[in-house]
Amino acid sequence: MSWASARTFRHGVHPGDFKELTRNLPVERVAFPDVLTLPLSQHLGAPSVPVVSPGDCVRRGQLIADSGGYVSSRLHAPCSGTVRSVGPAHHASGKLVDAITIDRDRASAQKLQAMRPGDWRTQSREEIVAQVAAGGFVGLGGAAFPTHVKLTPPEGKHARFFIVNAAECEPYLNSDYRILLERTDAVIEGIKVLLKALGSEKAFVGTEDNKADAATLLRERLPPDLPVEVLVFETKYPQGAEKMLIDAVLHREVPAGRLPIDAHVVVNNVGTVAGIGNMYLRGEPLIERVVTVTGPGIRDPRNLLVPVGTSLQHVIDHCGGIHPETRQILFGGPMMGQAQRFLDVPVMKGTSGILFLTDQEVVERQEYACIKCLRCVDACPVYLNPSRLGALAKSRLYEDMLDHHIMNCMECASCSFVCPSNIPLVQRFRVAKGLLKEQAARERAREVAT
Amino acid sequence: MGSVAAIAFLAGLCVLLAAVLSAAHRAFYVWEDPRIDAVTDMLPGANCGACGLPGCRAFAERVVGGEIQPGQCTVGGPDTAGQVAGFLGIETGSLERRVARLLCAGGTDVAHHAAAYEGYSSCRAAATIGGGFKGCTFGCLGLADCEVSCTFDAIKMSSNGLPVVDLEACTACGDCVDACPKDLFEIMPARRRLIVQCRSLLEGEEALAECRVACTACARCVADAPEGLLTMERGIPVMNLDREDRETSLATLRCPTGAIVWLEGQQFPELREEHHAV
Repeated sequence: MSWASARTFRHGVHPGDFKELTRNLPVERVAFPDVLTLPLSQHLGAPSVPVVSPGDCVRRGQLIADSGGYVSSRLHAPCSGTVRSVGPAHHASGKLVDAITIDRDRASAQKLQAMRPGDWRTQSREEIVAQVAAGGFVGLGGAAFPTHVKLTPPEGKHARFFIVNAAECEPYLNSDYRILLERTDAVIEGIKVLLKALGSEKAFVGTEDNKADAATLLRERLPPDLPVEVLVFETKYPQGAEKMLIDAVLHREVPAGRLPIDAHVVVNNVGTVAGIGNMYLRGEPLIERVVTVTGPGIRDPRNLLVPVGTSLQHVIDHCGGIHPETRQILFGGPMMGQAQRFLDVPVMKGTSGILFLTDQEVVERQEYACIKCLRCVDACPVYLNPSRLGALAKSRLYEDMLDHHIMNCMECASCSFVCPSNIPLVQRFRVAKGLLKEQAARERAREVAT
Repeated sequence: MGSVAAIAFLAGLCVLLAAVLSAAHRAFYVWEDPRIDAVTDMLPGANCGACGLPGCRAFAERVVGGEIQPGQCTVGGPDTAGQVAGFLGIETGSLERRVARLLCAGGTDVAHHAAAYEGYSSCRAAATIGGGFKGCTFGCLGLADCEVSCTFDAIKMSSNGLPVVDLEACTACGDCVDACPKDLFEIMPARRRLIVQCRSLLEGEEALAECRVACTACARCVADAPEGLLTMERGIPVMNLDREDRETSLATLRCPTGAIVWLEGQQFPELREEHHAV
C-alpha cells in the first residue's frame, strides 16, 4: 500500500506524468561525438579555470579545468582527444560562455584514466569530501550545486538526516528512475559513502508511487544493517524540490530563506549519489550522465548515457531525428525546463532530460482576467498568494511584491499550470525577480561607492 | 440645565486642547527655509530620480543647501536651471545635455532570428528563456520594455522592432537603462557624435552571421581615428573619454558593416520619420 506509507507535502499539483514514453527503456550509451564542448560554467558558483591549452592531448577522465573558488567545480575530459580551443560558445542559458572544445581522437579506445579515490571505509570525512570535490560532482537534479559544498555543513551545524532525492516529479523524465533500477549497487555504495561523509544517523530515499517497483528493488538490495528507509509518496509536483521533499520525509518545514542544513538535513539527487558510488567503485569522475530524451517530437525516445559536452544535434541524430511539427526543445522537464534556440548547445552536468514538444502541446493561450478562484493559492508549495502577486506584477508594482514575499518563489510554475484564466503568473514573477535582484545589486553598489 | 453643562464642558475642553496644541506648536517648531518650497514649485515635479535623489523636493533641499547645482536637473533643462539659479543667486552649474542612446542597430530587417518566441511579451521575460529568440545574444529584443518604462514618452518602437529615442523628449532619467535586460542603453552627452551601435562580443564571420550591422572587430575605425581616441576592448571599439574632443567622422568611413556611426542628432532618423508620418 504505497499511498499509506507517508504523508506528502501540502499543496502542489498533479500534471499528467507522460513517463511511459521511456519508462521501460534501459539506459544505452550514445556514440562518442567527434567534438565536445565543455562550458566552464556548468554549475552554480565561480566558473572553472582551464588547466589545458589548445593543442594539448587529453585522456578520458583527465582533469581539464580546476575549480575557480570554493563554490565551484572541476571538469574532466569526457573522451580522449585534442583540445581545439578555449573560448566563447553557446550555453543552454542562452549566454555565450567560455568553453573548452575537444576533438575526439578517433583511433582511441576511450579507456578511462581512472581516479584513485581510495577506500572510503578508511578515509576521514574531510578526505571523502575532498574526493567528491576532485571528482567534479555537482547536483544532477538540475540546479548543479557543487556537492562538496553541501557535504560541508557550516560550523556548529550537523546533518542528522541525509535524504536521497529520487522523486523526479517533472513529467516525462525517467533518468532517476532508470538509475534506481539499473545502478542500484552504485546508489547503495553512494549512500554508504555519504552517510559516513556527513556523519548522519539515518538516510532516507524519497520517491513517488509511479516508481514503486524501483523502490521495492532498492529495499530488497539494501543491506539490512544500513540505516536507510525507502519512502514512497503520492506522485505530486514539485515533490523533488528540496524543501518539499524534506517536508514529505521528515514533516519538517525549512524556513524561508534558510537552507536544509538549518533543519539538520542534507538532500542529494539520486544521480549524484550513484555517481559518487561509481567513483568509489570504478574510479570514474563525473564525465557522463543519464539523460532522458523524450517527448512527442523525437522519433525514438530513449534513456541515454551521454558524455558531458555532447551537442544537442548529436543526441537528436542518435534518436532518429525530430518530427517536422516539433515546436519547442527543452533542457529539463516541461514545468521548469529551459527552451533552447540553438542545436549546438552541449548537454551539461545538470541536464536531466531533453524534451521535444510539438504543435499539439505548445499552444498559445489567451489570457483572461483573474476570477479569484484561488487555485493558485492552493497549488503554491511555498504558501504564497500568486493571484495577488500576479495583479501586482501586471501593474508593475514590483517593490510591493517584496511585501508579499516574491523572493521565496522558486518558479515551480504550479500557479501558471492551474490557472484557468491562463495568466502567465510564473513568467511575470521571473521578470519581477530579475528586476528586483538587479535593483538590489545597484543599491548595494551605490552603498559601496558612498 | 444638563445641556448647558455639556456645552460648557465641551467648550472648556476645546479651549484647553487649543492651548495644548498652541504650546506644542511653539515648543516643537522646526524652521524650514521657505525657499525650498519655492524651488520645488519651479522644478518639473516628475520625481523621476534622474538627478540621483529621491524626488524633486529632495533635489530642492540640496540645491538650497548649496550641495548641488541647479544644472543637475536634466529634466527641467536650461530654463528651469536658470530660473532656480536666478532665484537663489547662485551658479547654474553643469548644463551639459545628456540623452539615452541605444547601442544596437539590429532591427528585425538586419538581424537573424534563431527562434520563435510566443510567451509573455516582455524583453525581460524573453531574455530569461535562453537569452531570447535572436541569433545575437547581445542585441535588442524589441519587445518594448524601455518604451513602457519611459516616464516621458520619449521612446517609440519602430516597425523593425528598435526603440527610437526622441532627442527632444529624452531627459536622461535612466529608466530605460534599468529596464533593458541587455544593457543596451547608455546615457551620454548629446553632443557626442561617434557611437558604436553594437555590443556583440563575437568577431568576424560569427558576428555577421547573426546580424548584418554587427561590429566584426576589424578595428579599422581604431586605425583611422586620431591616435588614442578609440581602443578595442573585447571585440568592440571603445572611446577614450580623455580624448573625446578629437572625435571625427573619419573613423566611420571604412566600417564594413556600419556598426560605428557619426550621428548628427537623432539616432535612426529614418525610423523616426515613421512616427511623424502617423
